[in-house]
Amino acid sequence: MTQAVRASAPTLGEETRAIAVRPWYRIPTLVIGLGLAVAIAGLALLAPVLTPYNPTMQNLNQILLPPSSAHLLGTDQLGKDVWAELLYGARVDLQIAFIAMLLPLVLGTTFGLLSGYFGGVVDAVVMRAVEVIVAFPVYVLIIAFVFVLGPGATSIYIAITLVSWVSYARISRGEMLVAKTQEYVLAARSAGLSNVRIIGRHILPNTVTQSIVFATSDVVLNLLMIVTLGYLGLGIPPPSPDWGRMIYQGQSFLTTNWQLSTIPGVAVVIVGLALSLIGDGLADLLRRE
Amino acid sequence: MSRIAYILRRLLQMIPTALGVTILVFFLIHLIPGDPARAFLGPHATASLVNAFDKRWGLNQSLPVQYWLFLSRLVRGDLGTSFFYQLPVTTLIMQRIGCTLLLLLYATVFTIAITVPLALIAATKRDSLRDHIIRGIPLVGLGMPTFWVGIMLILTLGLKLQLFPVGGYGNGLLDHLWSMVLPGLTVAFAISPMTIRSLRASMLGILESDFVTTARSKGIPERRVIGIHAMRNAVIPAITVLSLNIGWLVGGSVVIEQVFALPGLGELMFEGIFNRDFAVVQGVTLVFAVLIILVYLATDIVYSFVDPRVRLT
Repeated sequence: MTQAVRASAPTLGEETRAIAVRPWYRIPTLVIGLGLAVAIAGLALLAPVLTPYNPTMQNLNQILLPPSSAHLLGTDQLGKDVWAELLYGARVDLQIAFIAMLLPLVLGTTFGLLSGYFGGVVDAVVMRAVEVIVAFPVYVLIIAFVFVLGPGATSIYIAITLVSWVSYARISRGEMLVAKTQEYVLAARSAGLSNVRIIGRHILPNTVTQSIVFATSDVVLNLLMIVTLGYLGLGIPPPSPDWGRMIYQGQSFLTTNWQLSTIPGVAVVIVGLALSLIGDGLADLLRRE
Repeated sequence: MSRIAYILRRLLQMIPTALGVTILVFFLIHLIPGDPARAFLGPHATASLVNAFDKRWGLNQSLPVQYWLFLSRLVRGDLGTSFFYQLPVTTLIMQRIGCTLLLLLYATVFTIAITVPLALIAATKRDSLRDHIIRGIPLVGLGMPTFWVGIMLILTLGLKLQLFPVGGYGNGLLDHLWSMVLPGLTVAFAISPMTIRSLRASMLGILESDFVTTARSKGIPERRVIGIHAMRNAVIPAITVLSLNIGWLVGGSVVIEQVFALPGLGELMFEGIFNRDFAVVQGVTLVFAVLIILVYLATDIVYSFVDPRVRLT
């Protein structure tokens, strides 16, 4: 099939051919990553079906049990079912990690494109702001923001937005500086199109792919940030289950119940793997060389 | 002479960023929703306490005046006074900074020790099995929370194998040096996936460049081509990769101090957070930013020595 497309369309440009040669389902990393991601999302969504336990319900008669048929992954120091906590925790943590990616993506891409397109004062202001944010260690700045804003999901969204727009701004600005000199943009300009139309309709679709590829690893970074905040006691407040807090609470029982801290960490790694694979696959899919 | 001029110019270029950093740190307290005094002192605080708080932070003055006061104190090395300890924040920071710097040193050394050989092994045989295995490390490694890596090392190397202390800083220099191994290793493990990937990519670029081809075609043994010709040129990307990731390295250390109960700046910051000791949080945040700006500066200066292509004018 692929061969046929190639043979029948010898006049197609290099770009078009690259896409025709490799449809998304032919990229193993993308397929495996998407499969994993769908499985994880399914587990989170079907939590009430997959476990009879309430993740917040304590049972002090059944604390620190090893894995068994009744409690798939055992119970924690308050007798809560670990499998239930894990599934319901995924709902909380993954949802926040994903949503927290959206606003920085939009804001950062917008600032980056404007900065690259107009240059001058706009560029100077945006790039100074980027330099200032980059001067802080990400964790320190987010922890400081969450501290002053108070714990909770809203603070996490604000803190992550304030910090992580800079990555998208840098990526988009770089893409814009390249795009600006290309013929299709020069053509659009000389046709007298407005700046808004040139940026929005012509340049954005051609430059946004890099940002979208980065967004997949950004969700991983957000998830790491959320579980780190949870571990440090600054995350989603209880009783809402949270992987970071699970790891923290399990740490006191490392010698006897090592699985309590290990399992939620493995869950984070699996989510990270799924998203990294998707990111790599997307980069392959969108690469136009 | 020209190098001194170059360094001075770089210092001048740092000023806008440094000012921006102070503005951001200054405005942290204004991000507090509602009245900062009420937020800190609680709903039952008396009016006189609130007044005292406002006065202490200069919150009863206009913003530009407040910022000016903040900046002029800062220039004199005054980061304010800790509510909790009733000590100057600078004093507290000086007590803790040694531990953090030692951790950063360990982390940097371990990161280099892990990254350089693996990147080299991968890049010298592109698309071989060993390359694929090493390229797989970031897929798993990037998703590992730093603190969790620390706990796993405590579990395996600390509790099971009893090779290293599982926490604390110990007494005396030897204890300090010994107790830093696991924390340093943790930070290095957490950051290596990123550095290996970047350095491998840079090494590939070098190994495919003309001077390496020339060296090979002259009949120089491969070991020498890679060991002498390529490695010398890989120093620069290695420095770049490290300096670009210094933010993660420092951030990771802050979290790791909590895992291993190390009395460093990170721990000071969290004490500040849980005591709602604002001056401490502000001070530590600022110190970390200054540290990173200095690392960027140092990187540029090192470039000017290592890479003759960096123009000093």
